[in-house]
Amino acid sequence: MGERARHSAKKSISWLALSLLGFFLFAMILADSRSASAKPLPGGNFRAIPAFARKYGLPCSACHTAWPELNNFGQVFRDNGYQLMNDRDSPIWQNPTYWPMTLRMTPNWHRERTNHQPVDGAPPNGSVVEQHGFDLSGFDLWTAGTLYKNISFSLLPSSDSTGAFHFENAFVRFDNLLKSRWLNVKFGKFELDNLVSEKRFLFLSANGGLYQTYHFAPVGDANDFGLGDNQIGLELMGHSINSYTRYSVSVLSSNSGNVGLPSNRTYDGYVTFSQAFQVGRLGLQRLGGYAYVGRRPTFSQTFTTAPIPGTGIGNKSFYRVGFAGDLYTLQGKWEFLPFFLHGYDSVFLGIGCGLTAPCSPPVTLPAGAKAPTWNGGFIETHYYYSPQLVLTGRYEILRMSRQAFPTPTMPANQGDIDAYTAGYRWYPIMFSRAGLAWHNEFSLVKTAGAIPLSGNGVGLSPLAPLTALCSATRCPGVWSQTLFFGFDFDF
Amino acid sequence: MKSITSVVAFFFGSLGLALAAGTTPCFAQTDIHFHTVTGPMEAHIGGLAGHSSDGKTLYRRFCVGCHGASGDGNGENAIWFDPTLGFAKPRDFTLGVFKCRSTPTGALPTDEDLFDAVTRGFVTTNMPEWRSLTNQERANLVAFVKTFSTRWQTDKAGTPIAIPPEPPAKIESILHGRELFQKMECWKCHGSEGRGDGPSAATLTDSKGNPIRPYDFTTGERFKCGVSNHDLYRIFMTGLDGTPMPSFADNIKPEEAWDLVHFLRTLQVSIKTPELGTFRQWVSAHPGQLKPIGQEAPPGK
Repeated sequence: MGERARHSAKKSISWLALSLLGFFLFAMILADSRSASAKPLPGGNFRAIPAFARKYGLPCSACHTAWPELNNFGQVFRDNGYQLMNDRDSPIWQNPTYWPMTLRMTPNWHRERTNHQPVDGAPPNGSVVEQHGFDLSGFDLWTAGTLYKNISFSLLPSSDSTGAFHFENAFVRFDNLLKSRWLNVKFGKFELDNLVSEKRFLFLSANGGLYQTYHFAPVGDANDFGLGDNQIGLELMGHSINSYTRYSVSVLSSNSGNVGLPSNRTYDGYVTFSQAFQVGRLGLQRLGGYAYVGRRPTFSQTFTTAPIPGTGIGNKSFYRVGFAGDLYTLQGKWEFLPFFLHGYDSVFLGIGCGLTAPCSPPVTLPAGAKAPTWNGGFIETHYYYSPQLVLTGRYEILRMSRQAFPTPTMPANQGDIDAYTAGYRWYPIMFSRAGLAWHNEFSLVKTAGAIPLSGNGVGLSPLAPLTALCSATRCPGVWSQTLFFGFDFDF
Repeated sequence: MKSITSVVAFFFGSLGLALAAGTTPCFAQTDIHFHTVTGPMEAHIGGLAGHSSDGKTLYRRFCVGCHGASGDGNGENAIWFDPTLGFAKPRDFTLGVFKCRSTPTGALPTDEDLFDAVTRGFVTTNMPEWRSLTNQERANLVAFVKTFSTRWQTDKAGTPIAIPPEPPAKIESILHGRELFQKMECWKCHGSEGRGDGPSAATLTDSKGNPIRPYDFTTGERFKCGVSNHDLYRIFMTGLDGTPMPSFADNIKPEEAWDLVHFLRTLQVSIKTPELGTFRQWVSAHPGQLKPIGQEAPPGK
């Protein structure tokens, strides 16, 4: 295809996208006009997790700033074990046919564009590849609520877009032990009590639909841990009556949330603490800190044969520490979410010793090898133009402060990330039992000398070996961008 | 470059369409038209001033689903609240009648009363505690709620009743309260053991004709209008307007009201109150001396 033809095709695609968007909006306006003329509806409100809305008759906007993100009332509800604490939370008070089930999916169109791709006839540093088309998101089939007063549960079978299911979470929680809000025990697989939740955030695109910092590992590192991965274990948490003060302590299996017996016989630990306070007409402000400490094996007892689960030894440590905030201004209309993380992995993990690539004991470290460390963080902002329209943006940065290998083996910036995301969610209809959002997002990620992370954790494969593009001191950036729009529906 | 331009054009173009559509009149379904009947209102809670203009957005976000855009309690979820199953219908703000007040029966509540009600919620109903909202937000909501009834323009809030200091919960006080429970015929609704199963219980309706259940002391830890003895005192000296629960301010003396409070605490068998302990100790030491509460008891006892 000639250059002129390519430009013509791009132009057609842009017009096609705009035409489709116009069609959808026009159709919605028409549909809404008819309903409005037939029967004026007095009210409108958000619907977020309709299972709870159906149970309590509260609008979803009661619990969500813009679904699925929680506001403080929703946080209190969640901290109470999905209970309003009105003495009517037990399922015995519900109609026996009530089933707390929620379905969520996002039919979408997206365009992915990444440079340094090894296409035929590409120059030595690769070429730009663009892909686009209609697609499906993953699918959530979530049920949650109470089994009895002060005994709650959650079960979330989740699939990718092909229908391959896994258990995103599955836990039982014993709430208000000893009649105290400060003692709640959760048992099973669950989202870490992160101060900024990645499971209920407002981004869906491949590049923007994850916090890079939550899933980052240095280039060549063997550690499989991700702060954004749901983990299996036990959590003790507590909160004040309005959840202004919150803490949690977790003991977790050391396999980053994967089912089956852990690869070794150690446990990870996670602690969080946060405090919220009112600042005049600015609204509620929350600040908090967290620390995750764990160990991962570098070889197994069956080093010479296939590893047997649970026989991982030679455990080496790692940690993640940092702080986060949830700050409001303009009377709660403009929200800022600052987040900072400092990461450390043992030098043995950093040079790639793990169960999939075991290092023969005793390990002799390469000359100059050091434990990799890095700093990452983001500032995310949401502007709530109205309860039906939220504008979103995020800038994320991650910098290696120390590589496992010295230069020139590993350039100082290899693995660094800069990520930009902007978008909006518009909730065109306000119906009492379900939710619909028109989601539009553009994201751009630059990863220095490494495969870009993406929403599904895979990313497009860059030119291999990418390190061939690196100089002795610096690696070039791999740019990956996503344009995404779709209908996010939740019933 | 052309690609970037088309992306930006698409992104902001569609955003513009969304913004435009969001303000189009044909999206009336999603744009609430509140039917307020007063001008802007204020609420004063201590040194805090709430403004109805700021409360409107909050009401839309949190309250409209049940209480409705007109404040008449006919929000889109209201039809699913079945009073026969014990789920009270949402409050109709247009009447200007409120259950939980510090003011005499028939009077408007104070702003603090409404603020406390929003903060505390109503146990056994779908009205939750809203203490997770900031004080300012709750004050703004109180101000906005007042815009639904002209009573706030024509009447003034009543003066809170005086509550004398609580005497010690001695056995004499408890036993006298038990006699009052019989004499004032509280048992007819609340039942002889306070289970909310008195002979009149099934016939009760609120001022809008919806079935309503008497409070069950045996399972409840909190009351509709608070948790403390002072709250309980206030409930039956002010009554719960709009419900069959009357005010007894004209029927019993303040010290008698405290006796009744102490006895009612003995009905809360699920939380084993100190009054219940005192009462049980006396009963075990005086077997057979108490006459049963209810119709079988002699008149006047």
